[in-house]
Amino acid sequence: MNAQIAAILTLDGIATGAIYVLIALGFVLIFAVTRVIFVPFGDIAAFTALTLAALETKHLPGTVGLVAALAVLATLMEIGSHLRAGTYEQIPRALLFYLVLPLIPAAAVYFTAGTLLPTPLRLALALALIMPVSPLLDRVVFRPIADGTVLLLLTVAVALHFALVGLGLLFFGPEGVRTQSLVDYTLMLGNIPVSGQAILVVGAAIVFSGLLFLFFEFTLSGKSLQATSINRVGARLMGIRPERAGTVAYLLGSLLAGVSGILISADNTIFYDSGFLIGLKAFVGAIIGGLVSFPVTALGSMLVGILESFAAFQSSAFKEVIVFSILIPVLLWRSYTFAHSEEDIDE
Amino acid sequence: MSARQLRLLAAAVVILLAAAPLYLAPFSITLLNYIGVYALVALGLVLMTGVGGMVSFGQASFMGIAAYSTAWASAIMGYSPWLGLLLALVMTGIVAAILGGVTLRLHGHFLSLSTIAWGLAIYFTFGNVDGLGHFSGIMAIPPVSIGSLKLLGSNQIYFLIWFILLMAMLLSYNLLNSREGRAMLALRGGNAMVESLGISAFRIKLVTFVIAALLAAFAGWLYAHMNRFVSPSPFDVTMGIEFLMMAMLGGSGYLLGAVVGSALITFLKNGVQDYLPLIAPNAAGQLEIVVFSALFILFLQYAREGIVPFIAGWLPEPKRTPPVATEPLPRRAQPQADQILLTVEGATRRFGGLLAVNDVSFELKSGEILALIGPNGAGKSTMFNVLTGALRASAGRITFAGNDITRAPQRNIAKEGVARTFQHVKLRPRMSLLDNVLLGAYSRTRSGFFAGALGLDRREERQARYEAMQQLKRVGLGDRPFELAGNLPLGNQRVLEIARALAADPVLLVLDEPAAGLRRLEKRALADLLRSLRKEGLTILLVEHDMEFVMNLVDRIVVMEFGCKLCEGNPEEVRDDERVQEAYLGSVA
Repeated sequence: MNAQIAAILTLDGIATGAIYVLIALGFVLIFAVTRVIFVPFGDIAAFTALTLAALETKHLPGTVGLVAALAVLATLMEIGSHLRAGTYEQIPRALLFYLVLPLIPAAAVYFTAGTLLPTPLRLALALALIMPVSPLLDRVVFRPIADGTVLLLLTVAVALHFALVGLGLLFFGPEGVRTQSLVDYTLMLGNIPVSGQAILVVGAAIVFSGLLFLFFEFTLSGKSLQATSINRVGARLMGIRPERAGTVAYLLGSLLAGVSGILISADNTIFYDSGFLIGLKAFVGAIIGGLVSFPVTALGSMLVGILESFAAFQSSAFKEVIVFSILIPVLLWRSYTFAHSEEDIDE
Repeated sequence: MSARQLRLLAAAVVILLAAAPLYLAPFSITLLNYIGVYALVALGLVLMTGVGGMVSFGQASFMGIAAYSTAWASAIMGYSPWLGLLLALVMTGIVAAILGGVTLRLHGHFLSLSTIAWGLAIYFTFGNVDGLGHFSGIMAIPPVSIGSLKLLGSNQIYFLIWFILLMAMLLSYNLLNSREGRAMLALRGGNAMVESLGISAFRIKLVTFVIAALLAAFAGWLYAHMNRFVSPSPFDVTMGIEFLMMAMLGGSGYLLGAVVGSALITFLKNGVQDYLPLIAPNAAGQLEIVVFSALFILFLQYAREGIVPFIAGWLPEPKRTPPVATEPLPRRAQPQADQILLTVEGATRRFGGLLAVNDVSFELKSGEILALIGPNGAGKSTMFNVLTGALRASAGRITFAGNDITRAPQRNIAKEGVARTFQHVKLRPRMSLLDNVLLGAYSRTRSGFFAGALGLDRREERQARYEAMQQLKRVGLGDRPFELAGNLPLGNQRVLEIARALAADPVLLVLDEPAAGLRRLEKRALADLLRSLRKEGLTILLVEHDMEFVMNLVDRIVVMEFGCKLCEGNPEEVRDDERVQEAYLGSVA
């Protein structure tokens, strides 16, 4: 391997790593606020890519059906719990948030499916369509066990991932897709070509990390999310609803995953089940950040991207083995440095 | 249900199983074969997850290692499948020992995440190693043969599968009712208590992990020779979660749950494969995993306990006989009275910038009762944790019976003869009073995992049970030894902790607020108990807020305030000390 190949591999790794950064930040965000290790996050990214590809080819994306089904399920559960609690006056509100709002983008996509919209509008629509999915899943799957242990939530999240993969095949079919390149430009850095797509990916990672930082530091909503992540009971006593904070976290996380899905599919063919591996690799980055630190997570995800790029060059057959094997030393290091309470294991 | 009826029932089940090929269609036998193989993996998960509290998504990859080992040995190298079994067990054992050694110090969800990681890594290894057939697998694996009999058909390997399963269940049952098995059961709920009893939590976890992997290895070996073909796909993380599902659905923590869960999932899967195409002819394959995952999520949301405990709740309680008198366990020699037993010199413990214990020194003589008192937040419990090894001293030196124990791990200090109770009671609420006390006797007994599983520990077990029963009686809890510890009121739970500490036959008893939550008469009984222990030569160090209790009981008192030692002396001296009055009541002015 000479310097030029190393440079190309590094640049390639940074572009891949930037995608993982976006997803990993979402992992950290959701874990901090809800204690859920949201394994299906990679699936959300893959579904965004599949949605966008369907829009490009003027097909109706399967996401519409998925959102509609989840919205109906979530609404039924919400109404059911209001009926049991006797809070009838809350029902119209529940209908608005769990049924009407998620269905607006779905309806928009449904009625414009035959026409090719301009690119920015298409991207916005794809993101708007995918964003309600994880908050709805949160309502249906995680809210009933919100007080369970991290381990229980993790087990449920893993099961949910498999359900989503099955649904993905059902709604999107087995074909792989590749979306149109967003930029057609190549920069020469000395004698090393850098694709415009890579620059876009890194740019997006920087912009969205920055936005997340601003959100947490300078908005009341961000502060309430932080408060929830530090102490749910305490936050509740201060008038913050952890459920609401969870929904905001899922929405933001979905946006990040959606963006990464759009970015990744221009360079890689995405299948209904591609999300798992993408998500897990991002997850390695999130673990490097201990599921708490946003900057370390970003660095860690970059590292995973670069490692993957070099591993693929050295031994393409074993690149997955290499990437997942580094999770173990990382976990060990984290486990030793992570301040844990002795009684965190349930009886 | 009496033990006799239970034995009859078990015998009937075994006969029904043995005769199954006579009255069941071959297809049903094939299903039973799968159930048996999966139940072996699930049994490992019951021990690991249900009993030990370690959730693993990676058991399928252990099964895979074994299946590939035997496939390579028998189909490619042409050795006997029995040699394949040996190779399978050795390979799986080695991999599990390495993975366990590296990952089992991880906590809770970190451990589970690591199982996904190595599960995937192992899965991708199967598909990419040259010589293992890549993703298309290894074909033409020979059948297992016993003597000249080749186990070709599903009717024949059936007996082998269920024999191994029943043996595994029997051994596991023995193990759970032995010394090491109780330590496994105690793993759930944190390491502090386990280590304070002289048990190495890491060692127990590692052995449990390897046992679970070896059970999966038997399953993998059977699987390879049953299907006569292996490929990577049955050993990925999807299958890993299916095994977890079986163990949890059956009732993780219950050995029978492994078989029930495995049977239920296998039948369900079979049914789903039969009926889904009728509902959704084009999408049956996709829907299968969706239906399964959705069912699993619903189960985890609403019925986490599982089926076996649900059914067991309806059955009458099995009658258990209390331990009978037998030769007592050997006791350790108590040191002579009035010798220096424990020396604390300049003990200091910092938490960041906070000095919880600041340069505290005192001595403890054998055969005396010393109380450590002081207002809330004075650092008494921290002092206790430092001298029992639960916390490491930042500075200073602690000597016990002539040995420097400042840096010794908690379990070694426990083995030296220091037994303790906790300010916040640490019991295993779902274990019986007797079993909780038996945990205390762990460091006095020797039987290991093999002895426990094979039932070679019965004599020692009888002695330990007798000892535990004696200690229960001694603290006044002897009337209901099989009650669950979680059903006791808090005061009695504290007393139970004392019984557990006594079962270790300690030299020094360290009690953290033993009288809190007790009623007046109970306090008097406790004081009498402690006095009689002192008479036997036991040394006692205690923290207590009830001054009446302390003043009438103890020989000497050390007073702490804001992490420092204020004064020490006999009860009268301390009572008259102005500094103590000021600390408790404010300035005398």
